Amino acid sequence: MVAPISKRAVLKGAAALGISSFGLGALAARAVAAPAAEAVTPALIEAAKKEGKLTFYTAMDLQFAERLGKTFEVTYPGIAVRVERSGAERVFTRIGQEYASNIRTVDVVNTADQAHCIVWKSNGWLAPYLPEEVVKHYDKRFYDPDGLHVTTRILISPIAYNTDLVKKEDAPKSFKDLLDPKWKGKLVKAHPAYSGTIMNSTFQMQRDLGWDYFVKLAAQNVMQVQSATDTPKRISLGERAVMVDGAGYLVIRDKEAGRPVDVVYPEEGTPLATSPSAVFKGAPNPNAARLFQNWMHSREAQQLLVDFARQYSPHRETIEKPGIRNLADIKLMKEDPEGILTQGDAVKQRYAEIFKV
Amino acid sequence: MTTAALSAAPAPRKFGVDVSKPVLYAFAAALCVLIVLPLSWLVLYSFTDAQGALTFSNFYRLFTESTFLEPLITTFIIATSSATICCAVAAPMGWLVARTDLPFSSVVRALVTASFVTPPFLGAIAWEILAAPNSGLLNKTYRAITGAGQDSHLFNIYSIEGIVFVISCYTFPYVFVLVANSLDRTPGELEDASSILGGGRWYTARRVTIPLVLPALLAGALVAFLQAMTLFGSPAILALPAGFHTMTTKIWSLFQFPPKPELAAAASLPLLILTVFLLRAEHMILGRRGFSVVGGKYGAPRLIPLHRWRWPASILCLMVLMLPVFLPYAALLNATFSPVATTFVTFKNATMHNVHFVLFELSAASLALKNTVILGTATATIGTAIALVIAYVAARQAVPGHRLLGFLATAPIAIPGIVLGVGLFLSYTRPPFVLYGTLWILLIAFVTIALPSAYQQLRAAIRSIHPELEDASRILGATRLRSLWQITAPLLRTGVIATWCFVFVGVMRELSAAIILFTSETKVISVLIYDLNESGDLGAISVIGIGMLIITFAVVIAVNRIPGFGNVRFRT
Repeated sequence: MVAPISKRAVLKGAAALGISSFGLGALAARAVAAPAAEAVTPALIEAAKKEGKLTFYTAMDLQFAERLGKTFEVTYPGIAVRVERSGAERVFTRIGQEYASNIRTVDVVNTADQAHCIVWKSNGWLAPYLPEEVVKHYDKRFYDPDGLHVTTRILISPIAYNTDLVKKEDAPKSFKDLLDPKWKGKLVKAHPAYSGTIMNSTFQMQRDLGWDYFVKLAAQNVMQVQSATDTPKRISLGERAVMVDGAGYLVIRDKEAGRPVDVVYPEEGTPLATSPSAVFKGAPNPNAARLFQNWMHSREAQQLLVDFARQYSPHRETIEKPGIRNLADIKLMKEDPEGILTQGDAVKQRYAEIFKV
Repeated sequence: MTTAALSAAPAPRKFGVDVSKPVLYAFAAALCVLIVLPLSWLVLYSFTDAQGALTFSNFYRLFTESTFLEPLITTFIIATSSATICCAVAAPMGWLVARTDLPFSSVVRALVTASFVTPPFLGAIAWEILAAPNSGLLNKTYRAITGAGQDSHLFNIYSIEGIVFVISCYTFPYVFVLVANSLDRTPGELEDASSILGGGRWYTARRVTIPLVLPALLAGALVAFLQAMTLFGSPAILALPAGFHTMTTKIWSLFQFPPKPELAAAASLPLLILTVFLLRAEHMILGRRGFSVVGGKYGAPRLIPLHRWRWPASILCLMVLMLPVFLPYAALLNATFSPVATTFVTFKNATMHNVHFVLFELSAASLALKNTVILGTATATIGTAIALVIAYVAARQAVPGHRLLGFLATAPIAIPGIVLGVGLFLSYTRPPFVLYGTLWILLIAFVTIALPSAYQQLRAAIRSIHPELEDASRILGATRLRSLWQITAPLLRTGVIATWCFVFVGVMRELSAAIILFTSETKVISVLIYDLNESGDLGAISVIGIGMLIITFAVVIAVNRIPGFGNVRFRT
């Protein structure tokens, strides 16, 4: 079969393994220590420069991804970064299709759906690599104990609206508000089969609000776009008044650039997606990949994430730029990568049935 | 001397037969692999389940589940409406241009060519910028002028009507070309005869002109129907936001995770069968056209004076052509220099940000451009070469079995791009030919897609060179190869260059096969634009799109300077 291994198949496999070798697995986990924290050494830089390039598959907004690549190129001249941007779910499909055909192009990946890392890890596709700064400055929940992936950014998917089209007092306060008939034809929403952020938000919303919520929402004549980075652009253009979900950071950026948009943190809780990055074992440019992974989680790159991209950083030493609400002050929905791993395909299917696309 | 010459004559012929047989077999085999392999995998897959067991369940699902039936019905509605609109617009315009003293008729023809070569997906994105219900420039202008409320709009491009409109914009040239050519070729004497015998102008039109042009119009309607049915880009850009699928977007969505190639194959087959059926119908209709132009030499058709309708007709034509050409191009140009795609550019807010971003930051652009240029050049060269050999063999009936070669070369026209994409994906992701992930698979797709029109053009070019010129050269003692090289080749040069250029342009606008076959290393410009559209980066799209249009027009204008080159059929 040409199809990549499905998430469900992987899970079944993992479950089978777990049953048969539970004791051994636990022992092995204790015996194999986490990989040592790696610093950026002159030898690594030298080897990376010899490779001269790397391919970065990512789900982050194109402008920021390219800025990240260009900043890296300035920091380490002679290593070109090619950004391969799409939605996280698309990136996952692409890598699956490429690996199924023995195509090894991806060096470093950044996805917005943690379940992907679980699949890649159990496929044995990821290389263990823990940058020094991650071990020093990141909370343990932000990196894999085996060092296979590290959280690069923390994303939220709030509601947002166009302030020219909606007065502040009329703005929706909650997801439930969006079911009001006055929003019919005024909503725009991204797609969980494209975007990892939306996969997370859809999963969390159907769990907390029930599928019934989406059935009622679909009756509101919602404009359906693909990317979580597109919904903020649509409300900024004024194409629709309110975005149901999407990249909150882009709304903040647009607002700070003087566009007529504002964020609403819904009363039910704001969907959350932590976005991990990993180096692939079969990376064609293994050293450049490691150097990039290391640099991307350094304070410098993480501060760029905060200042330029307006996203939340897992790096303790980054300095928050005012104008954005602290993550701790937002009521967040609970993330559940294992839930997405087991139910993700069913969620996508159900979603497509309800919204027709 | 004479005896020597005569006895020498059979030698080259024997030599020719020896070479031509293997050539025939090699080409026939290559074409078979090109066409038969993907189609057989397609059929095989459509009858298997995910485990590879034989089943009819894919077709059962296709014709019972509403998620498949609805797109099927939607596609039918879109294709029928588009074909109707195309005919309603293109037929009168073709008549005006070909048969009346319409002012600026050459400008009208040029603008039709412009809409012909505009990539439909680019047109669809431009129309998003123009006619999105709230942010569209036309709707904004409408509200500004009438003072209408925020919720009111003139156009909603995200609707079936919107899709039909955009598809018609870039499909009506097919009908126009067929109708105008048919009128160009129809002898004016037939109409004169009717007038001489006392038929009035409208009687003549009704009893002579319309029956003569009807076959071309019907054929045009079928071609327009086919185009609308098999197009991927425009519906993907406009239908998905509106919340519905067409067959092509549905097939494409079946490749999303978890991929269901069996269902995609099953969904492709109805498109394939319908296309074959419609092309047969077109062939039968056009085949009848021969009755009108038998025998003798005719003068140029007589131009009908429009009198006071001259200028209104001309203005009407130009206004219609604003829709596929002027307005979308202006929208793209506006978005290129505007900070936000749907804000009008002023001196104050004009920005070079988008241009800078595409030229200096967008790291995928250079690879996509390189791939597109490589594929365009390779497809144009290989496609033209294959088409040339087959066209020569078929036109000169040089080897036995030439009919089969001609048939194989035209057969791919019946395979919609996305269906070919699915078939090639199934064929070349497995041993012995693992071509997925290389440019080869895209090359195969593009050559297959380009072959029919390249073959038809070159066959026409070769037929226009009478064999007596070659025969004269042969009689004077040249071998077949030498007479080819010294007589036929120079005469064919312009035709070959023109075909090469049009294949190259065709590759740039191909999306529906590429969208199934690309990998990150083998992305082409059209796929890059589609990617950018999904994340809403309209500014970057506009810059790349304008670049694409500039290259396209440079090529088209260059070709138009070649004398005696006729119309070309594009596929998407």
